[in-house]
Amino acid sequence: MKRFHALMCAVVLAAVAGPAGSADIPLDQRRSGYADLGRDTKAMQDDDTSNPASLGVQDGEALWSQKAGTAGKACAECHGDAAASMKGVAARYPAFSPARKGPIDLEQRINLCRTENQKAEPLAFESRELLALTAYIGRQSRGMPIVQSDARLTSAIDAGRKLFTQRIGQISLSCAQCHDDNWGKQLASSLVPQGHPTGYPIYRLEWQSLGSLQRRLRNCMIGMRAEPYAYGAPESVELELYLMWRARGLTVETPGVRP
Amino acid sequence: MTARAAMGVLLASLAGGAGYADELLPYRIEGNAVPVSLTGKPGDAARGRTIVTNRTLGLCLLCHSGPFPEERFQGNLAPDMRGAGTRWSTGELRLRMVDSHRLNPDTIMPAYYMIDGLNLVAPAFRGKPLLTAEQIEDVVAFLATLRD
Ligand code: HEC
Ligand code: HEC
Repeated sequence: MKRFHALMCAVVLAAVAGPAGSADIPLDQRRSGYADLGRDTKAMQDDDTSNPASLGVQDGEALWSQKAGTAGKACAECHGDAAASMKGVAARYPAFSPARKGPIDLEQRINLCRTENQKAEPLAFESRELLALTAYIGRQSRGMPIVQSDARLTSAIDAGRKLFTQRIGQISLSCAQCHDDNWGKQLASSLVPQGHPTGYPIYRLEWQSLGSLQRRLRNCMIGMRAEPYAYGAPESVELELYLMWRARGLTVETPGVRP
Repeated sequence: MTARAAMGVLLASLAGGAGYADELLPYRIEGNAVPVSLTGKPGDAARGRTIVTNRTLGLCLLCHSGPFPEERFQGNLAPDMRGAGTRWSTGELRLRMVDSHRLNPDTIMPAYYMIDGLNLVAPAFRGKPLLTAEQIEDVVAFLATLRD
């Protein structure tokens, strides 16, 4: 039975593995972008008192128990103590939404709670509030392994892989050509990381602010002279999902710090 | 409508709508080379050097290194450019610049004079090659001077 299970896994993996060209990074060689940070940046991320993203986490903690919308309810009234109820949640997002019949990311989940349960306006992507809540919820999973094992998401992961391996933009490169094939090399002054979404939302020194995974992906796409997918577009969520699947087993670091 | 105008319209629609598609000059491939200058004129090596070292125009130093002592942070995703003019003829360098994908379909080296078959190009760049024919000739002339 155990052998059968291993075999099935191999078959499923082979089915998810896309067109030739780039090969997946072997599981035991995967490393978070954290591993290549300078000593100072690592220290900044590790120490809550010096991590500039901590402000966002604190902001999120305050929003967690603030009433919102015409239902006049706070997140805490339904979910209680986030340290217990939100532990591990960010580690398994994007997750399958039965209503959408597909993956939704954590930001979309937060906005579903706002519109359905709080009867409030959805928060704009990259708004201070949405980043703060995402960072606060993400913080509850710090140190936990990323998990992507919902069979209902197999086709969406596959779609994400296609997006990751297709050439796009005027420069006509794929994400995989940098992050699978050339990680560890120098793209001018930047080290090419494997591109694992372990720390999002991150405080990026270049932005001087907190930003989402989708904002980071837009940066790469603009570099490729491609038209970025819209915030919340199915393609954006499929890419996020594929990246999380690709990073399965790595540790959540939220909130991360990156150059 | 003249045939030429019709061609322009066709190119514009192929390029995905927004913006006017520049027409690329036709060129001939012989073996692994484009033997004749795209513009019919030789390029200017000094101008080529400034294109190669310009990180938002040539982009070359994102991936390559080369004999540019004044340039910090050169990339290492690609071979050093030193000696390129010894390893390749001018025509071979030209094909590499124009359409590197033809030599290696999996390469990360961009095809600098190609607008067909691109996917999801940002509006500002649609229908435009990475470099103009004249800029390609300048870069080729510069690469040909890299002889050690
Ligand atoms: C030409 C190379 C290149 C391409 C193509 C590229 N990236 Fe990146 N990517 C980078 C570099 C370099 C960084 C790190 C930037 C820095 O530190 O300044 C990065 C960072 C990232 C990160 C952040 C990793 C972390 O540790 O937080 C993710 C995620 C990512 N890229 C995903 C993608 C996706 C998805 C695509 C395609 C849509 C893509 N990249 C295309 C070069 C590239
Ligand atoms: C995104 C990465 C990238 C960029 C940008 C890039 N190249 Fe390349 N280039 C490569 C790679 C990789 C090769 C190795 C051969 C191959 O894969 O086709 C190469 C090969 C070459 C060669 C042949 C090298 C040799 O001697 O064997 C020349 C010459 C060259 N490139 C010139 C340029 C010039 C000039 C520019 C800018 C106008 C440029 N490249 C931009 C990645 C790049």
